Amino acid sequence: MPDVISVSGLHKSFGRTTALDGLDLSVREGEVHGFLGPNGSGKSTTIRILLGLLRADRGFAAVLGRDPWHDATDLHRQLAYVPGDVVLWPSLSGGEVIDLLGRLRGGIDEHRRRRLVERFELDETKKGKAYSKGNRQKVALVAALASGAPLLVLDEPTAGLDPLMEEVFQSELTALKAEGRSVLLSSHILSEVERACDRVSIVRAGRIVDSGSLAELRHLTRTRVRAVLTTAPTLQEVHSWRGLHDTVVDDTELRCSVEADHLGELVAALGNRGVASLTCQPPTLEELFLARYQAQPDAGGAPPSRSTQEQPV
Amino acid sequence: MTAATAPTHHIAPTISLGTRLAGFSHLLRLAWRRDRILIPSSVLGLVVLSVGSAQATLALYPTDEAASTGLAGVLANPSVVALYGPIAAQNADALAVFKTVMMGAFLTAVLGFVVVRRHTRTEEDAGRLELLGAGVVGRWSALAAAVTLGTIAVVAASVLSGLGLAALGMDPIGSVAFAVSWLAAGLAMVGVAAVVVQLASTTRGAAGLGFGFLGAMYALRAVADSADPGTFVHALGWLSPLGWAGRVEAYGADRLWILGLGVLALAVGLAMAVRVLDRRDLGAGIIPARSGPRRAGRLLVGPLSLVTRLARGTIIGWTVGMVVGGVVVGSLLGSIADLAADPGIRDILEKLGGSAGTLEDIYVATEIRFVTAAVAAAGVALVLRLVGSERQGLGEVVLATPTGRARWFGAHLVLPVVLTTALMALLGAVVGLVGPEVTPEAPSLGASIGATLAALPAIWVMIGVAAALAGALPRFAPFSWGALLVTFLLTEIGPLADLPSWLLDLSPFTHLSPLPAGSFQVVATVVLTLVALALMAVGLVAYRHRDVT
Repeated sequence: MPDVISVSGLHKSFGRTTALDGLDLSVREGEVHGFLGPNGSGKSTTIRILLGLLRADRGFAAVLGRDPWHDATDLHRQLAYVPGDVVLWPSLSGGEVIDLLGRLRGGIDEHRRRRLVERFELDETKKGKAYSKGNRQKVALVAALASGAPLLVLDEPTAGLDPLMEEVFQSELTALKAEGRSVLLSSHILSEVERACDRVSIVRAGRIVDSGSLAELRHLTRTRVRAVLTTAPTLQEVHSWRGLHDTVVDDTELRCSVEADHLGELVAALGNRGVASLTCQPPTLEELFLARYQAQPDAGGAPPSRSTQEQPV
Repeated sequence: MTAATAPTHHIAPTISLGTRLAGFSHLLRLAWRRDRILIPSSVLGLVVLSVGSAQATLALYPTDEAASTGLAGVLANPSVVALYGPIAAQNADALAVFKTVMMGAFLTAVLGFVVVRRHTRTEEDAGRLELLGAGVVGRWSALAAAVTLGTIAVVAASVLSGLGLAALGMDPIGSVAFAVSWLAAGLAMVGVAAVVVQLASTTRGAAGLGFGFLGAMYALRAVADSADPGTFVHALGWLSPLGWAGRVEAYGADRLWILGLGVLALAVGLAMAVRVLDRRDLGAGIIPARSGPRRAGRLLVGPLSLVTRLARGTIIGWTVGMVVGGVVVGSLLGSIADLAADPGIRDILEKLGGSAGTLEDIYVATEIRFVTAAVAAAGVALVLRLVGSERQGLGEVVLATPTGRARWFGAHLVLPVVLTTALMALLGAVVGLVGPEVTPEAPSLGASIGATLAALPAIWVMIGVAAALAGALPRFAPFSWGALLVTFLLTEIGPLADLPSWLLDLSPFTHLSPLPAGSFQVVATVVLTLVALALMAVGLVAYRHRDVT
């Protein structure tokens, strides 16, 4: 399947600040792609380049097979965008903004518009100034979702929405996927990403540090293992097991994190030794992201070290 | 009345002043930190305006004799009196500040208003006051800080101007009185601002109320000053803070006590503001924000209609202003003939209006120059909305749709060009319809419209300057205002100050055809238009190639 967004080696700096430092990104057709990263990591800059608002210093970017800078106008016929911080014209009502943006995109699906306004419980008569952040977000979401655009670029679209509205957003996202539309979803809300996204890319300091499906990302990360053995293992023995990290031996109890490739080996070795109890905990999403957010780009996927009372082996 | 419906009545008196003003000094420092460029540069501008124009006028008319013989007639002209107020006395000092008393009092009042609004309703509207209000900040602190800073700005502009005039060797008491005239208007407007920002619930609403009030006060003063002293209408001028500025009569009667009126107005305004403040919610006003339509009208379809819709208030305001201004200018044509005997008057008017023909023609040409600059300002403001909306994040909302950059930029050029053209034509039409009713000497309808339309190329150049900056160097776009001010002053004050002609030639206003009586300058018109087009093209090309932030 062709990529709807394809970016490689993207560089962008503002004065002395480097916003993007060789970013790669690919979003496949029909997928919801999570775009994650700490604040200031370059998510919005990437999105603005994809929208043709900013021009990249170096690198390649294509959206729906076209150059986002040169073909911006034509490209935008097939694209809807929700900015991270939605600003509305103070003197226009929400309903006017939805209609205006729809018309600027070349028409609006009346039926869809009505349904979305109802689902998001939006008061269309308020003027831009009078909306709360969440309601401004709803205006932009309705405008974007009501368009028939095959590609949606959503920059933290649920920031400011209450949990009920987040639920509505999730179901709309599912509906989009069913229609075969593609979505680039920048977000901080991990549960949202976990539920909705087929693949994710994690950006840090202007580079992608990891990209793939959640299962793939999990695979790169270590599983936390806690085992109580029937007899205390020797240090030599423990050192012979491969792929262990943060290992702590406390009499008959072994705690460690193990690389996914070596999990089977470890379980087998422990089984031979005699296991009284065993818990294996796959990395939580939070750990996954904390690891990617905090680690150096080349440091792989070590989870953050935890302080231990006992002396490490 | 139950305690639940009016808790403030019971609680308010027990709150100490210290609590209500908690955090005042921090807010004042924050306000100063934000305004440390705005206030000093505005104050400097006002001082340069008063002292500079006094020095230029004194150089032209150094003695009382020169002043009184040359200008007695002009200054008794009702149209001039309506614009600037009566002259205080027939001496050189009074002449030296004749224009700047009223112009400066108006601008000082604007400065006071803007500073107060910036740190109260604007902050509240933007939600920043909420952030501060959640800290240890008293209910009155933001208002107190804003009023204090506004007062400081007004006092600085007035007192420094008075000192500057005294330093020129002008009468010391008169110089104090000059400061008092600006102070009275400025302090009163600070008081009005304090009330207005409580009443309106949005920044724009506050601006509408404040500038509307100021405009009404200016109009009231103009009508009152045009009436004979002793009449009821003339006495109405005492209701206007701008009327007070004129009635101080600096370098004449020197009514220093009028400062008391300004202080009183400030005190009354503050007392009213505080009463409203104690009764309203944070973020709310007394005049609620109106709701809008559920669906967009059929006309709101593209970038140009959006830009036009957003400028609706501006368009209506300027249209009304042009009609009113045109009626005033046209009707005053009747009294011009009384002055025709004095060649001195003609000399001054010719220097300003730069034209031959009847006195009526010269007068119309002079007024057109003023209006041209004002309409150019309206055009510049509309162009700069491109930068303003970009900064707010609204530009990207539009540009993320299939709207191309050229169309978005173009919309911000088409509206100002069309609007300024329509406004100038409207002015010409009104003057041309009203004038001939008053005097047969007035220029005809066609001549009037031709004269106002002939001034358009200068407006287009200023729109072009703003477009070039907005397109190429958006950070420096506000310099368009500086360019407009400098070019206007070059043409307005330059000839009186005998500035070299090459300097005057830099201003597009210098090259306008001296219509209605003079001849139409084909070459100058073509050159100005080409310059304007070139500037607009530069802006467009640059805008298509730069980042939109």
